[in-house]
Amino acid sequence: MNELTRETLVLNMGPHHPSTHGVLRLIVELEGELVLGTEPVIGYLHTGFEKEMETRTYHQNIVFPPRIEYLATMIEEHAYVLAVEKLLGIRPPARAEVIRIMMAELSRIASHLVWLGTSAVDVNVSSLLMYCFNDRERILDILEMVSGQRMMHGYMRIGGLQWDLPDGFEQAVRAVIDDMPGRLEEYERLLGDNLIWRKRTEGIAVLNADDALRYGCTGPVLRGSGVGYDVRRAFPYGGYDEYEFEVPLGRAGDAYDRYLVRMEEMRQSCRIIRQALERLEPGPVLVDDRKVALPPRRELVRSMEAVIHQFKLVSEGIRPPVGEVYSAVESPRGEKGYYIVSDGSNRPSRVRVRSASFNNLQALPVMVFRNQVADIVVAIASIDIVLGDVDR
Amino acid sequence: MADLSLAAVKSAVLIFLLLTTFAYMTLLERKLLGKFQVRYGPNRVGPLGLLQPLADGVKLLFKESFRPAQVDVIVYLVAPTITMVTSLVVYAVIPFGPEVSFFGRRVTLYLADVNVGILLILAASSIGVYGIILGGWSSNNKYSLLGSLRSSAQLISYELALSLAVIAVVLTAGTLSLVEIVEAQQRLWFVALQPVGFLIFLVAAIAETNRAPFDLPEAEQELVAGYQTEYGGFKFAMFYFGEYIGIVTMSALATTLFWGGWNGPLLPPVVWFALKSFVFIFFLIWLRATMPRVRHDQLMAFGWKFLVPVGLLNIVVTSIWVILRQT
Repeated sequence: MNELTRETLVLNMGPHHPSTHGVLRLIVELEGELVLGTEPVIGYLHTGFEKEMETRTYHQNIVFPPRIEYLATMIEEHAYVLAVEKLLGIRPPARAEVIRIMMAELSRIASHLVWLGTSAVDVNVSSLLMYCFNDRERILDILEMVSGQRMMHGYMRIGGLQWDLPDGFEQAVRAVIDDMPGRLEEYERLLGDNLIWRKRTEGIAVLNADDALRYGCTGPVLRGSGVGYDVRRAFPYGGYDEYEFEVPLGRAGDAYDRYLVRMEEMRQSCRIIRQALERLEPGPVLVDDRKVALPPRRELVRSMEAVIHQFKLVSEGIRPPVGEVYSAVESPRGEKGYYIVSDGSNRPSRVRVRSASFNNLQALPVMVFRNQVADIVVAIASIDIVLGDVDR
Repeated sequence: MADLSLAAVKSAVLIFLLLTTFAYMTLLERKLLGKFQVRYGPNRVGPLGLLQPLADGVKLLFKESFRPAQVDVIVYLVAPTITMVTSLVVYAVIPFGPEVSFFGRRVTLYLADVNVGILLILAASSIGVYGIILGGWSSNNKYSLLGSLRSSAQLISYELALSLAVIAVVLTAGTLSLVEIVEAQQRLWFVALQPVGFLIFLVAAIAETNRAPFDLPEAEQELVAGYQTEYGGFKFAMFYFGEYIGIVTMSALATTLFWGGWNGPLLPPVVWFALKSFVFIFFLIWLRATMPRVRHDQLMAFGWKFLVPVGLLNIVVTSIWVILRQT
């Protein structure tokens, strides 16, 4: 077609735009309000964490994952420590695994609540944002109670956990997960029963299963399109194979199906947490391997050997064998993998983060092709990107 | 001469009242939204945040009168004025109450009882659209342009539905004067005779005032602030003024046309009028806290394919009913 007769408008959305969920820039080509092309421009939140992880010891690196993806913090820590544990070939004690799963699932609910609130506010249901953040705050309170921090916990350790659960943890968790299904039902009444919400999400931002697989989408974006891939199920890690839960699937692959999938995932997470509470047996939360985990403090006054181990671990850190591992977990956004190369020193020689947000975001142009401008916002919200995770 | 000075005094009082209403509408909305969203809302300035509008006003007044490069200066400055003035003009004909005695003089609680009052309101609000179109056009910004295009399309289509609902009322009352329409409702409010008309009016009025769920022109998630994007300081306040007064206008109009205007037992007429209008304002804020926004094409489809046909049907039924009543 002749360039001159093409009556299109190129609109630059972002990087500072109210609804791009961070610093995402989209170059959108419009014909009226119809989207003909979208080009996501990323990199505005590039932090260089991957590179920085090469300059620190394995234990020091635990603080980076939650900063890469700041909504599902515990899951990020889990992903990293699992990768290092795979490198070392160790497995944490049973109690630590159970607690990790509880923390991960609480994080998943917290992350999905942020998604629910922000995707509602993107179609102007501003109240739901406040409700969701209130609920999320209760979960963050629990995480703070456990780790001492609301978000950047640093609670997990290679080979276990920093310390055991505090008193009153179980009641606090039960109070939240007993409330959660009722709250979710309320939100579904507010959104799912609302004709306008249905009209805004049903058949919007459709991604069929082939495209989803082609773009390497994972998580609710892939499952919304009907592909039953959940890392917890496909490649169980950290003891997930012992838990009963369902992997909800969508059919149409539109924004509404992704919404349904995430709502159901929150319920399933509650279910997993309930099972985990039942499984919680007393026991150690850190491996008894002095080359990996710090010795308990009481040993330090008695044993010279413990002091040496303590000194070596703190000053030098652990030295995994030479090799490389890839280990993935199911984050709220999809498959979150850590690829770590070890040259036998106390620092990783290469760390690469496989972030689901990055792959999922690449499918955006396909989703919004020939939709309206207003649907771009719905599509971005339904992908649930975290820009820190995209750019790293 | 006495009449003229009386009209001047009444205008001054009215403008003062409207400015206060506008200021406190913003506070009311923020407070109520706060309650809906389980938070406090503004409570820092003055007791219960009651001086917040004052602080906002002062801030907007003292802001730099910024103007982006390459705007069409005259149109850019005229646009908010149009919105503000047209929203005020409407109040010349809205009756707040019947005649009252004031220092031995009989004073009407309306500026003018024009025999085509309702037409005047519709005309004024149609001209108000120019403020939005011109504002978006002159700003030299793509978001503004998209917002103003949406807005003009929306306002023109919903004006039609609004007018159709009003025509049904006019047919029922047999007059175009708002005072006479209110007086015709002394026995039975028109909402009982025109339930469909009222619903059409309500939906159209929400769209007409750019309120959620039809607040597309300034859909902040997509268009940043729509036609207002490039406006700041007092020019922004003028747009806002037009918008909030528009809400009060539509509430007052709904009260006048369907809910008996100032009619009501025990309480003074003006109080009844204010109360009924407040209920509508509350309803509009409630909607904003609850409803998702519809998409532009869905909005247009709803207006043209549903509201307008139903409005026409309503007029046909009303006309037949009026003729049957007369014979």
